[in-house]
Amino acid sequence: MTEFLQQLVNGLSLGAIYALIALGYTMVYGVLRFINFAHSDVFMVGAFAGLYLAPLAPAGSILGGLLVVIGAMLAAGLLGVTIERLAYRPLRGAPTLNVLITAIGVSCLLQSAGQLVFGAAPRSFPVIFPARALSVGGLDFSSNQVVVLVVAISLVVGLRLIVFRTRMGAALRAVSQNPRAARLMGIDNDVVIRFTFALGSALAGAGGVLYAVNYPSIDPLMGVLPGLKAFVAAILGGIGSIPGAALGGLLLGLVETFVGGSQYSTYKDAIAFALLILFLLFRPAGLLGKTRVEKV
Amino acid sequence: MELASIWDCQAGATLCTLGPLSLPSFSLPMKFFSPLWTAALLALAGTLPAAEPIKVGEIASLTGKEAAFGQSSHKGTVLAVEQLNAAGGVLGRPLQLLSEDNQSKAGESATVARKLLSREKVVALLGEVASSRSLEMAPIAQRAKIPMISPSSTNPKVTEVGDYVFRVCFIDPFQGTVMAKFAKETLKARRVAVLTSVSSAYSVGLAKYFKERFLADGGEIALEQKFAEGDKDFKAQLTAIRAAGVDAIFVPGYYTEAALITRQARELGLTLPLFGGDGWEAPQLIEIGGKAVEGTYYSTHYSPEDTAPAVQAFVAAFRARWNGETPDAMAALGYDSALVLADAIKRAGGTEGPALRDALAATKGFAGVTGATNIDAGRNASKSAVIVTIKDGQFKFVQSVAP
Repeated sequence: MTEFLQQLVNGLSLGAIYALIALGYTMVYGVLRFINFAHSDVFMVGAFAGLYLAPLAPAGSILGGLLVVIGAMLAAGLLGVTIERLAYRPLRGAPTLNVLITAIGVSCLLQSAGQLVFGAAPRSFPVIFPARALSVGGLDFSSNQVVVLVVAISLVVGLRLIVFRTRMGAALRAVSQNPRAARLMGIDNDVVIRFTFALGSALAGAGGVLYAVNYPSIDPLMGVLPGLKAFVAAILGGIGSIPGAALGGLLLGLVETFVGGSQYSTYKDAIAFALLILFLLFRPAGLLGKTRVEKV
Repeated sequence: MELASIWDCQAGATLCTLGPLSLPSFSLPMKFFSPLWTAALLALAGTLPAAEPIKVGEIASLTGKEAAFGQSSHKGTVLAVEQLNAAGGVLGRPLQLLSEDNQSKAGESATVARKLLSREKVVALLGEVASSRSLEMAPIAQRAKIPMISPSSTNPKVTEVGDYVFRVCFIDPFQGTVMAKFAKETLKARRVAVLTSVSSAYSVGLAKYFKERFLADGGEIALEQKFAEGDKDFKAQLTAIRAAGVDAIFVPGYYTEAALITRQARELGLTLPLFGGDGWEAPQLIEIGGKAVEGTYYSTHYSPEDTAPAVQAFVAAFRARWNGETPDAMAALGYDSALVLADAIKRAGGTEGPALRDALAATKGFAGVTGATNIDAGRNASKSAVIVTIKDGQFKFVQSVAP
């Protein structure tokens, strides 16, 4: 039983990070109907922004750690907006496939630029939150895992408030439902799209720092694997659905952890992905996604 | 042969044989080779000392996940080549080291090996540290009949590729035995868990030899958990290990994973000893692992604390050349690999592949900084292993184990 609960804790803290990245995928898809493959590299840049900001903040304190997370979110948000302005806006109205290929190009560009600027060797990430080993009723976890969970949950709640309680959020939902009708209602689509990229990328930036806090070895290709998994999590949750992405991330983290802790750990990723394929066969729209009827 | 023919038509390659003239390697119009020009070049070449450099290729993971290995090994090799050249070179010719980076990526080593062999026409290849990547280069060197010396790949399969593939370090059956004995006798462990990387030839091999010996000695492998290259979360596997109740965990992996695994084990409240092989040897183990790696053990090829005069001279020369850095085992083996090659070129009296191969195979009692190198029938070196622990953020010598 202790082992089961321990794996539950492990899986949730891993899944929380997947969830943060998955939110960015799902938000951009919701508004622009394409997968922003550069998202996983914005996640990487977020981690490196944290690395460079860490010496400026008081080390090992909650406030200092939060300042680093916020700084990395700003840096990643700025990068997201820049990518949208330079790479995606000129393609507005072009077939989705063109944008998709551009996104893959931007991803490669960021990875190579990262290797040039940050160096290709892994760097160790400093301690930014107070690190303590906690033990509650036979369950062991680090204070970092708690921080990751708390920060991730607050960000998801904050995102939900923005989307459902603000005028900008209402505009975002409107553009997501029907961009042309939204424009007729006086909504500036470009502003909404820029806002979406800023918000999604900032979440990826926070995810990058939290990931680095838990696994303190970062390199310019660190985004590839978690990015792929978060993308799958977004699909699993139902792409375009914000609670779906969060749920998908947590679920994927749990499945991976439970398979990884079993005797089949060799096939950890294979089993996790096979389960997803099986799930999507029966529910193609994902957990919370809506099946869209294409009118001919 | 097929490799050579591709570049035969290149103008630069034919001209280079005339003398130490550095000519551009882009192809020149054929008019350039009028008899007059050729005669002039020949005359010019005659007046210069005939000391054409001996080209040696080196492939290392200078960047990427195992960059610490490639950098260390590379620095050792560079130091050896510089010392050899300062002493007048080999057979009166200077050595020219051509280094290529494989970015620690799968597939890249084969590409750069082909490039070094066909374009640069190197006489031998030095590299790689990681066994998986040495296994990529080996068939290419073998087919081209150009000797390859791996400084520190310990998986037995590497030299089994063919008679042109050598190494200057011990192999994993020995390393596995050493660590199995250490676990039983020094750590007093009866039940051990093994955490293996399924995508690394080194890790799978070392795990196998360790298990065989540990079981034969009456130990018990409680469970074996797996992970894959690039994984950063090991808590799932470690939680299962914790539930199995073991005395120690054997982690035959590389330093990045070993450091993260140890950290996460401590976070899960596991205070038992973790131990591994020479893949742990890098300063990053302590940098990433921090306090968690205190009291862990691993086996490796040499210790800079060794008081032998040859070792101390090497450590001093290395520190002088590389900003006071202390050479680790990969640096020492990189150094020895270049010296063993130079020694074989001297004994072969030339750089022809087959002759050089025979000279390398006949290497006996060559004194290097990692002990005497004796190449056996399997083209492996049999050397002592050293066990190292981490104490107060420093690597500390524990004991030396003779083969």
